[in-house]
Amino acid sequence: MLETATVDRNESMQSRRNRFGMRFGDPIFRSVTLAFTVLVLLILGGVIVVLFDGAWPALRIFGPAFVWTSGWNPVTEHFGALVPLVGTIVTSVIAMVIGVPFSFGLAFFLTEICPHRLRQPIAIAIELLAAVPSIIYGIWGLFVLAPLFQHYVEPFLISTLGSVPLLGAFFQGPPIGIGMLLAGLILGLMVLPFITAVMREVFLSVPPVLRESAYGLGATRWEVAWRVVLPYCRTGVVGGVMLGLGRALGETMAVTFVIGNAHRLSMSLLAPGTTISAALANEFTEADGDIYTASLVGLGLVLFILTFFVLAIGKRLLLRSTKGTLA
Amino acid sequence: MLKSFGKFGRAGLFAISALVVATAAQAGDISGAGATFPYPVYAKWADAYKKETGIGLNYQSIGSGGGIKQIKAKTVDFGASDKPLKPAELDAAGLTQFPMVMGAIVPVVNLPGVKPGEMKLTGKVLAEIYLGNITKWNDPQITALNKGVKLPDSAIAVVHRSDGSGTTFNFAYYLNAVDSGWSKVGVDASIEWPVGLGGKGNEGVSALVGQTQGSIGYVEYAYALQNKLTYSDMINKDGKTVSPSLESIQAAAANADWASVPGYGVILADQPGAKSWPMTAATFILVYKVQDKPENAKEVLNFFGWAYDKGGKMAEDLIYVPMPKNVVSMVKKSWSEIKDSSGKPVL
Repeated sequence: MLETATVDRNESMQSRRNRFGMRFGDPIFRSVTLAFTVLVLLILGGVIVVLFDGAWPALRIFGPAFVWTSGWNPVTEHFGALVPLVGTIVTSVIAMVIGVPFSFGLAFFLTEICPHRLRQPIAIAIELLAAVPSIIYGIWGLFVLAPLFQHYVEPFLISTLGSVPLLGAFFQGPPIGIGMLLAGLILGLMVLPFITAVMREVFLSVPPVLRESAYGLGATRWEVAWRVVLPYCRTGVVGGVMLGLGRALGETMAVTFVIGNAHRLSMSLLAPGTTISAALANEFTEADGDIYTASLVGLGLVLFILTFFVLAIGKRLLLRSTKGTLA
Repeated sequence: MLKSFGKFGRAGLFAISALVVATAAQAGDISGAGATFPYPVYAKWADAYKKETGIGLNYQSIGSGGGIKQIKAKTVDFGASDKPLKPAELDAAGLTQFPMVMGAIVPVVNLPGVKPGEMKLTGKVLAEIYLGNITKWNDPQITALNKGVKLPDSAIAVVHRSDGSGTTFNFAYYLNAVDSGWSKVGVDASIEWPVGLGGKGNEGVSALVGQTQGSIGYVEYAYALQNKLTYSDMINKDGKTVSPSLESIQAAAANADWASVPGYGVILADQPGAKSWPMTAATFILVYKVQDKPENAKEVLNFFGWAYDKGGKMAEDLIYVPMPKNVVSMVKKSWSEIKDSSGKPVL
């Protein structure tokens, strides 16, 4: 009795498998997915190899000092990555200084204060900011923000902050509008939706009981935000910030429009500068001479390494924070 | 191992850029890339030529450096550059070059209240501005030249090209000719600028100057006209004040001895003559001497032959100056050297 049933089941399974070709289907499916994975890894490896090999003629001449030497002279073929590297980091830091508090406020408002009916529409509106193409930000920055900066914002900054000791060094020089500060501001706006989205997610992961008990103990909203919500999901927030930073580091078009594309180091944030990706966008198609091209590829390599580490740290922190909430 | 990888990588890069170009161009069209300086007139010619023959021109206005790079990578049928290649470089790459049209580089300023042609500058003052030695609009060296023009007590925002550019090459060539201090910067398609902001292409410089009050830049004259920018007059080698015009460009070109340099690589900056515009430049076309695709080369030469014969009026409308008759006949004669792989002339 029992035996026949087993045989029956086996037979029916067998026939079904044969009918759908499952016997071969599964291994094929498995190897296809494996192939995709291997392909992506190969592409990643290929990018690294090509970048390194492309940059080799420059790295051989300049050595590791390429990273911390300034100077970008196509006539004498002397190149160093310092100016674009500093520009990349400075604009990204400005973007974070502007973007992070904004995103924090927005995310907290959306999860704690905003009436329920409005939460979703506002969240979607903010996320739509991420859908605006970067070139639009660039055009808007150049044609709308740059004149405003030149005539109002920068003269104000120069006359007020410019005379403060130490801090004043960052706000010197003639107001041109175009420069590191404007580029940083645009970047800040561009990373805002990304950081806000991550922060909103991690804020929502805070168990309601924690918040409610804090409110029950008479804590104000600020105290709840600062003492309860933020410490609970600190790593997640940092992870979100790192993801935004990764995006800011690599942004090209918008920055190229408003940064001034000048290979010069300046203390002043109002001065024009350049970033790695802006330098590549400007010069790559035009560069004649092997060392020039190799130096540009070298810049790409530096950016790749920088972004890789920023994103790796960000992912790690995010991973740890989600593990924390699950446990 | 790494070496062969690199070749693969580079070949891959070129293949990708070739793909991009190939998809952009339609069958039967001519493709070219390079200088932004002559782009307005090439676009106008291409439009008229398409109406007449049905053959279109796909021209990527990416800068002279890019044009040289793309023709060397054989991704386009012709390259265009305002910086003439040296004979050795032409020979090494198997290229031949010929001048197509001449134009003027003009200084443009954004100063409220100052009208086009109201200001004038000398090459020396221009060089000092671009060296960062003159930083204010009311510097005595500028005001001495411009009595009666109200110049503000504000900083000069210097605008230059951020990409490799034949316009930059000609501009730097001129500044180097008139100011001994320029030699530390040098003359090339891209240089290390002592001051200023960079814009990509003539278009980018025009946009930056248009947007930034108190700025000065240099663009091809057609861009100044199209973008309604305020150009400045120049004081030329003979000490005379000249405006950019067909006449002043022609005057600068009049003395040029085109046959003297192989590849017609004559630079027209700082020419003598009372009427000569000091920043005149010719722009060049680069094609291979031995053609893999003779049909395409034939179309390219047909197009430029048509432009030499019929494009003069259209060029003049945009204040470009056509090449003199004797140069055109020399160039056309030299086209017989452009052959297919079996050694038969393509035309």
